[in-house]
Amino acid sequence: MTYTLNFAAVWRSFDLLLQGLALSLGLAVVAILAGCVIGLITAFGLVSKSVLLRKPAGLYVTIIRNTPILVLVLFSYFALPELGVRLGKIQSFVFTLAIYSGAYLAEVFRGGLIAVPPGQREAGLAIGLTEMQIRTSIIIPLMLRNVLPSLGSTLISLFKDTSLAAAIAVPELTFEARKINVETFRVIETWIVASCLYVATCSLLAAMMRAVERRLAVPR
Amino acid sequence: MTNLLEIRDLHKRYGTVEVLKGVDCSMRQGEVISIIGSSGSGKTTMLRCINMLEEFQGGTIAIDGQEIGYETAGGVRRRKPEREIARQRALTGMAFQQFNLFPHMSAAANVMLGLLKVKKMGRDEARTLAEKWLDRVGLLSRKDHFPGQLSGGQQQRVAIARAIAMNPKLMLFDEVTSALDPELVNEVLQVIKALAEDGMSMLIVTHEMRFAYEVSSRVIFMNQGRIGEEGNPREMFLKPQTERLADFLKTSTFN
Repeated sequence: MTYTLNFAAVWRSFDLLLQGLALSLGLAVVAILAGCVIGLITAFGLVSKSVLLRKPAGLYVTIIRNTPILVLVLFSYFALPELGVRLGKIQSFVFTLAIYSGAYLAEVFRGGLIAVPPGQREAGLAIGLTEMQIRTSIIIPLMLRNVLPSLGSTLISLFKDTSLAAAIAVPELTFEARKINVETFRVIETWIVASCLYVATCSLLAAMMRAVERRLAVPR
Repeated sequence: MTNLLEIRDLHKRYGTVEVLKGVDCSMRQGEVISIIGSSGSGKTTMLRCINMLEEFQGGTIAIDGQEIGYETAGGVRRRKPEREIARQRALTGMAFQQFNLFPHMSAAANVMLGLLKVKKMGRDEARTLAEKWLDRVGLLSRKDHFPGQLSGGQQQRVAIARAIAMNPKLMLFDEVTSALDPELVNEVLQVIKALAEDGMSMLIVTHEMRFAYEVSSRVIFMNQGRIGEEGNPREMFLKPQTERLADFLKTSTFN
């Protein structure tokens, strides 16, 4: 059996793939930005002295991190409407990915927070800064520098997770690729091109993260 | 006239371990007091209670007549609101054993942070003041260096400039030379000495006996959570009244 590669059919639909990729990126950016805010607040909850903050934060991370994201996506889209929460496909997925990335980023940020020496907070207190000023001027900037390497791979993972939106027919890259696959029967070509688009985007993301790392590096 | 610092019957526990068992101490404006004693005697803890880095369970601390950290109303002792405590912390400045400079900020930015955020100064005014104090500790030429690019002694001098620039009524020094290589100790002590000559009120926890002897107007010897002995450095070091102090001085080195 021979299979001759022929990309012509895929190229004809290439703009659909690019549109899909653009939507994937859009989903990722909105969801991850929201996830960063959720993750940051949760991380401070996780390291808090107060049980009232620590327990709910821990519960959230435990539940979300231990549920497959596909299950979360399907739950939000199919089960939440039954409970009276009706969201469009895209909103439902962005919401889910935000909640999911929040839980992952919370753990990443927590690791960065406990690596900041307690003397930094004390030095801030000693000059009369409030706890909130200490967080914004000292703790968070130091935490971010601590987590940048692992943050990069978490962001890449989360970006790739946008492909799961295909399960609820959000027209992102994977969904468009499957459509082209079905319409053209160019199975190998379609998925090679789709994979290349993911690899290229993630490589770009990784390069950007390395640039940020260099930019923020503390001179020594 | 009210004393600059008035500590009354200060008690501090960690769980069930009592580390301060009733400390009384008063200090006038312009005094330089060294606190000596073996490790675990409570000297650092006492210092850290004054700026509320440690909570304390009993007694009062007042700076210029205002009670620090707690208020008692209707017989109930309550911690003051965080904002008020932050404001009170700015009455004192502190230098730490481990310097604790902010590693992601230049020397100048370290000094400016409190001026901008606590004193609400404009950037230009803060920069001018920061440079003035960096100059006073001999590090103006290093103002754009980051802590990681400075020696231990230089870092500690920046840390002192950061505290002094806030114009505190009282400076607290917590074993500021203990983490330094021996050849770097002197440059830091010189800075503290110069501040003493300017009339800065200072409480200095130290293991440098020679320095305590030279710079202090009074020395406090802490022993097992209490003040074991206090007096002027000459009498204390030459004619200790208690056996505890005599033993402690025997095991200390003067250099």
